[in-house]
Amino acid sequence: MKNHAPIVLEAKNIDKFFYNPTETQVLKKVSFQIKRGEFVSVVGKSGCGKSTLLYILSTMDTDYKGELFMDGELITGKSSNYLSKLRNEKIGFVFQFHYLLHEFSTLENVMIPGLKLGTLSREEVEHRAMEKLKIFDMQDHALKKANQLSGGQKQRVAIARALINDPLLIMGDEPTGNLDKKNSDIVYNKFKELAKDFGQTMLIVTHDPEFAAGTDRTIEMEDGRVISFE
Amino acid sequence: MTWQLIFEIAKALMLARKKQTLIAAIGVMFSITMFVALLGFMNGLNTLLDGLILNRTPHIRFYNEIKPNPNQAIDQSPEFAQSLNIIRSIKPSTSRLAIYNSASIVEDLEADPRVLGVSAKISCQVFFNVGTIDLTGVVNGIDVEKEAELFAFTDYVTVGNYADVNQTNTIILGKGAADRMMANIGDVVQVTTAQGNRVQLKVVGYFQSGLGDFDNVNSYASITTVQKMLGEPPSYITDIQVKLHDFNLAPPMARELEGIYKIDADDIQTVNAQFETGSSIRSLISYAVGITLLVVSGFGIYNILNMMIFEKLDTIAILKAIGFSSQDVNRIFITIALTIGLIGGVLGLIFGYLAGLTIDQIPFETQALPTIKTFPVDYNPKYYIIGGTFSLITTYFAGFFPARKASIVDPVEIIRGK
Repeated sequence: MKNHAPIVLEAKNIDKFFYNPTETQVLKKVSFQIKRGEFVSVVGKSGCGKSTLLYILSTMDTDYKGELFMDGELITGKSSNYLSKLRNEKIGFVFQFHYLLHEFSTLENVMIPGLKLGTLSREEVEHRAMEKLKIFDMQDHALKKANQLSGGQKQRVAIARALINDPLLIMGDEPTGNLDKKNSDIVYNKFKELAKDFGQTMLIVTHDPEFAAGTDRTIEMEDGRVISFE
Repeated sequence: MTWQLIFEIAKALMLARKKQTLIAAIGVMFSITMFVALLGFMNGLNTLLDGLILNRTPHIRFYNEIKPNPNQAIDQSPEFAQSLNIIRSIKPSTSRLAIYNSASIVEDLEADPRVLGVSAKISCQVFFNVGTIDLTGVVNGIDVEKEAELFAFTDYVTVGNYADVNQTNTIILGKGAADRMMANIGDVVQVTTAQGNRVQLKVVGYFQSGLGDFDNVNSYASITTVQKMLGEPPSYITDIQVKLHDFNLAPPMARELEGIYKIDADDIQTVNAQFETGSSIRSLISYAVGITLLVVSGFGIYNILNMMIFEKLDTIAILKAIGFSSQDVNRIFITIALTIGLIGGVLGLIFGYLAGLTIDQIPFETQALPTIKTFPVDYNPKYYIIGGTFSLITTYFAGFFPARKASIVDPVEIIRGK
């Protein structure tokens, strides 16, 4: 069934160089596709370029060669303002370090991308944010400041924030990498739930084989190349 | 929506660093307070000092100058019309000091829409006979009511009632002259004019202008008294003083009317150019000090914003990752800077006004300035507008570079760098 789903993200021949201290090629002709509804993990040894790839796919890093398509549209070479809007609307991020805004409450953290998008009224955004928090059992902590939460709670809020604009794609850079076993399991289960119950397209970079095993598909990288798609 | 969100984030960032923000705002407040108070005080003093001279000086003064006749006989002769004639040891002609046809000139001036008022005057050189000593002096014959109305004459009559001088044979003595003659109110002084006429005048008041030299020499009497002293008819007038609605018109008007009435005319700008220069330099210095203060507080804001950006790199990175553009981030920090400027500026204006009120209460009594009891302060809204505008401009520039720095933060570097 998923073979006929539309392609959400496509990378064609992505090359990436680092110039500091010397010129090194970190990504070599990386090409792959992600279809709607797929739960994909990217695995590989430390330094194989998987995070670098993720930041290129996330549109935050624009210094690469090759072409990147999102939702069928070529996004390579677009203006940074356009890419910002695209990130806001179509991509949700979950990072290894929780990266909530400590100046705001949990609820506000979830609301901010929604407010930034500006298609819904404040009340509607707030309502949606509460809904998302409920998915992660975080509704009771809605009014706490972000820095009053534990690591696992923060990560759950971060995932809720990634979901607020119903993104096309969620990207995660080792979302469980900085959590203990118990919290890591909770977060992992939430991802699976999202994939199964909501059909959310997800691309998660991880070095946890257990995590990778639970995904639909695993892209394995080595030394800047994709060596397997399954 | 975006702006509302930007304001919200700016507010949250400021509240997260309450102390620093407050210190930055206090810096701006302090400099604006000083700016407004300093300029108000300085210009209050300027106005006062200028007023000493300018209030009492007519904008245009008409008079006959003692000078050689410009039409010398030799120039009239056709025989020497083509030659360069040099006359040595030429002397002023015995022209009258009185203005010809003064009544109609006054009438004509009063009808001119540019003119606020006209006051005629006679200047008369006299000797005050005190025992065996003669003191030189000048008795000014004035139209008391007009002089009071146009040249604030009453402000300077410190003792006695100025209206008493309307009676014939009364005089208001300059304070310095009165002290030297030891003449009290009600005493009679003897005056001899240059023509040799002797008159007894009763002292009805003292006049104190604040300029010692002036008060040593000048005294005031009514026009009729002075005409009588000189033995001249009621049409005798030596000066016509004119006050205009707009004193900037004085120089061209003086040139124009000089030609029409065929008498000499002096305008206030030419006679008192040095006062203008003094005032403008004093203002310049106060502006320089005020703006220096503002620039210093601008550096304070610059520092604090830079520090805030360094501390908030994570926040900036995450904002960018969730879809805020560089422009949005830039706006957030400019908003912070302008908010600090606005709050500091408004408080500064309020405190500056209060400082002005305080200075206004400080006693300042001096012999030279009889009408002044406290320090003068100018509450001209101009200084408040300039102060407010400058607070926003300097904080904008103080925020400009930090905000630009924040806007070019590369989120990938921050997020990966951990």
